[in-house]
Amino acid sequence: MTSTQIVPGERAVALLGGEANDANLRRYMHGIPGVDAVGLEQRAAGLGTRSIKTTSKAWALDRIIGLIDLTTLEGADTPGKVRSLVAKAITPDAADPGCPRVAAVCVYGDMVPHAVQALGTAHGDPDQGKIAVAAVATAFPSGRSSRSIKLEDTADAVAAGADEIDMVIDRGAFLAGRYGQVYDEIVAVKEACRRADGTSAHLKVILETGELTTYDNVRRASWLAILAGGDFIKTSTGKVSPAATLPVTLLMLEVVRDWHRLSGEKVGVKPAGGIRASKDAIKYLVTVAETVGEEWLTPHLFRFGASSLLNDVLLQRQKMTTGHYSGPDYVTID
Amino acid sequence: MSFLEYAPAPESQAILNLRSEYGLFIDGEFREGHGTPFASISPATEKHLATIAHADAADVDAAVAAARRAYDRTWSRMSGADRGKYLFRIARLVQERSRELAVAESLDNGKPIKESRDVDVPLVAAWFFYYAGWADKLDHVGLGASPAPLGVAAQVIPWNFPLLMLAWKIAPALAAGNTVVLKPAETTSLTALLFAEIVQQADLPPGVVNIITGAGETGAALVGHGDVDKVAFTGSTSVGRAIARSVAGTNKKLTLELGGKAANIVFDDAPIDQAIEGIVNGIFFNQGHVCCAGSRLLVQESIHDEVIDRLKTRLSTLRLGDPLDKNTDIGAINSAEQLERIRELSDVGEAEGAERWTAACTIPENGFWYAPTIFTNVSTSHRIAREEIFGPVLSVLTFRTPAEAIAKANNTPYGLSAGIWTDKGSRILAVADKLRAGVVWANTFNRFDPSSPFGGYKESGYGREGGRHGIAAYLKTAAPALVAAAPARKTVTKGATK
Repeated sequence: MTSTQIVPGERAVALLGGEANDANLRRYMHGIPGVDAVGLEQRAAGLGTRSIKTTSKAWALDRIIGLIDLTTLEGADTPGKVRSLVAKAITPDAADPGCPRVAAVCVYGDMVPHAVQALGTAHGDPDQGKIAVAAVATAFPSGRSSRSIKLEDTADAVAAGADEIDMVIDRGAFLAGRYGQVYDEIVAVKEACRRADGTSAHLKVILETGELTTYDNVRRASWLAILAGGDFIKTSTGKVSPAATLPVTLLMLEVVRDWHRLSGEKVGVKPAGGIRASKDAIKYLVTVAETVGEEWLTPHLFRFGASSLLNDVLLQRQKMTTGHYSGPDYVTID
Repeated sequence: MSFLEYAPAPESQAILNLRSEYGLFIDGEFREGHGTPFASISPATEKHLATIAHADAADVDAAVAAARRAYDRTWSRMSGADRGKYLFRIARLVQERSRELAVAESLDNGKPIKESRDVDVPLVAAWFFYYAGWADKLDHVGLGASPAPLGVAAQVIPWNFPLLMLAWKIAPALAAGNTVVLKPAETTSLTALLFAEIVQQADLPPGVVNIITGAGETGAALVGHGDVDKVAFTGSTSVGRAIARSVAGTNKKLTLELGGKAANIVFDDAPIDQAIEGIVNGIFFNQGHVCCAGSRLLVQESIHDEVIDRLKTRLSTLRLGDPLDKNTDIGAINSAEQLERIRELSDVGEAEGAERWTAACTIPENGFWYAPTIFTNVSTSHRIAREEIFGPVLSVLTFRTPAEAIAKANNTPYGLSAGIWTDKGSRILAVADKLRAGVVWANTFNRFDPSSPFGGYKESGYGREGGRHGIAAYLKTAAPALVAAAPARKTVTKGATK
């Protein structure tokens, strides 16, 4: 998968009217209209009442599977656990060979070789029905380490065969108003995603919205990540509560929509953490389709960072085929 | 396949058991009317729903007499706590039958089921719960100790929120100890008649609530009836004027909730995405059939183009169609007559030089429909900026300074509601203070709560509904003469003037 051509430097300079330092970034991001929390949550709740039935539901369930980054991010992860996760990614429903595959598996950097090996020929671009390998990097999940370590962490995962890098922003720097530092770091990590052959791993920028706490901050951080060249903006690490919520995702989608209006470029969105039920995942699909358009419902523009969601979708899918609910023992654990 | 073409998700009608004919609800039972019955149709399909009885002058007499008997013999003598119990019971029954009421409302009125289900019916229950709580606390309304009810209330309500307007009228009247005769609008009688069934189910004493159906002359006979003590009307300004004239010189108390042409003011620092939602909610909620609709968008000139651009994009995602489909955003126009008025005024708007933009949507073959429409380049002198269209049509005007926004917002014979969109709290307070409108919403629109008084300035009517003010409109001080004459601290005896 090659990176789409989002060149951060020049556009950011043009937009900011100067280089991307603290002062210019602050001036720009604080000039963006504010977010009314009540109105945002009301709109998200309204989108959540859409009633997706029959054929629409069947399509939605299959599409959700195809948008999942099947994730394991535990201290206890082992090559065996990763192989098991990959097997589940390749064959989500053992009883139905027609079941779509997930978009990617998401692991820690040191597990990338094992994931690549386990995937074998299934490894590749999700747009072509293959499964990508995503690695979390930059001292995930806290991001509290020196710049050089973060870049090394990233380069290491890319060298091991990661197609996508999920980085975390420096929330401390962001909250302290050192926007330039956050910006520079994203640019540097983006650079570290570059491979020897000139292609580049996709960069997902995790904002950790649960630590930013206000919607205004989420909106500013989204702009910052996009200006710095992120291919995706991602809500959360999954290690902080609250993780992804519908209002936060709606807000990030609105930024992506505005960026598209402004530049014609398409940036992806990945809500991660806390989405466990098909019903909730369908609300996200509705929100994407009605905010940025349904052309965003493809793996290179929208992902779910989730693990337990997959089995709930599979149960719903089985129910739609057979007409009755089975139980947790009719879907496989990874 | 396009995901956005959501598969049909119709709400089932199985829960609703409509009778083929409905009589008048007088003295606790349904009886035939003496006028010629009329049909109620679904505005979305033009299909016949039920035949409704037509009350003539004799029926109005019977209804008022029943209300008077119930007032004298039971309701005015009952303790507030006991009246409250009945109202709580009604509130719970509304909740129990909420799905059925929502389906009936959407069928009969044409509004989307998501609105009748999530807004109208929950608010109906909330109104009864709220005023049930007041029934035994009348001493705290602000009229002194033991205020007295007025007597028989004649209530005439419109077709835009049939059941909700019924609740706004009946709940405070009963809590205060009045009995009522209510006439729903001709095109939307069904939910009022279902409510009559709830009244029976709640075992309310006969005659406390009477519901008579019919057209304008029935309403005129009711408000003109000599034995009525209070008239409450929600509807058009022209009818309101006629009622005010007929009530003048009598002892009847009057509240009027009439038309509006609300300004929704968007400043350049507004939270833009939420403002867009607020504009949409302000004028396209309930197909714009809302007296407090934000039908005049006043947008600061510096962000005009961006707002209109975003608004058009957003309107293109609205779904117009079957009111019973759970994904429908815009339902049917309530009647052919109303549709004609919307068309006529829109054509005038175009003829006067405003620029029309209509969202592209497929209009169903049968029924009455009007696609969401925006007029830009509107001036304050245009008819579409002055007259109430009462449909999904937004007139957009611009302003340069807060002072100009306030002047333009107030430059209307109406004054029911207004909206302010800005990130600056101090500006909200400063502007709201200068707007001559009964309700001012800040960074939101069309939000209702039973505890909040609602009513208009100028030609939007007088009196307030909702909150403490809403119940005060159905009460009088117990002993005005005595209170005036009494030396300080002297205890006022209940009923001293009778």
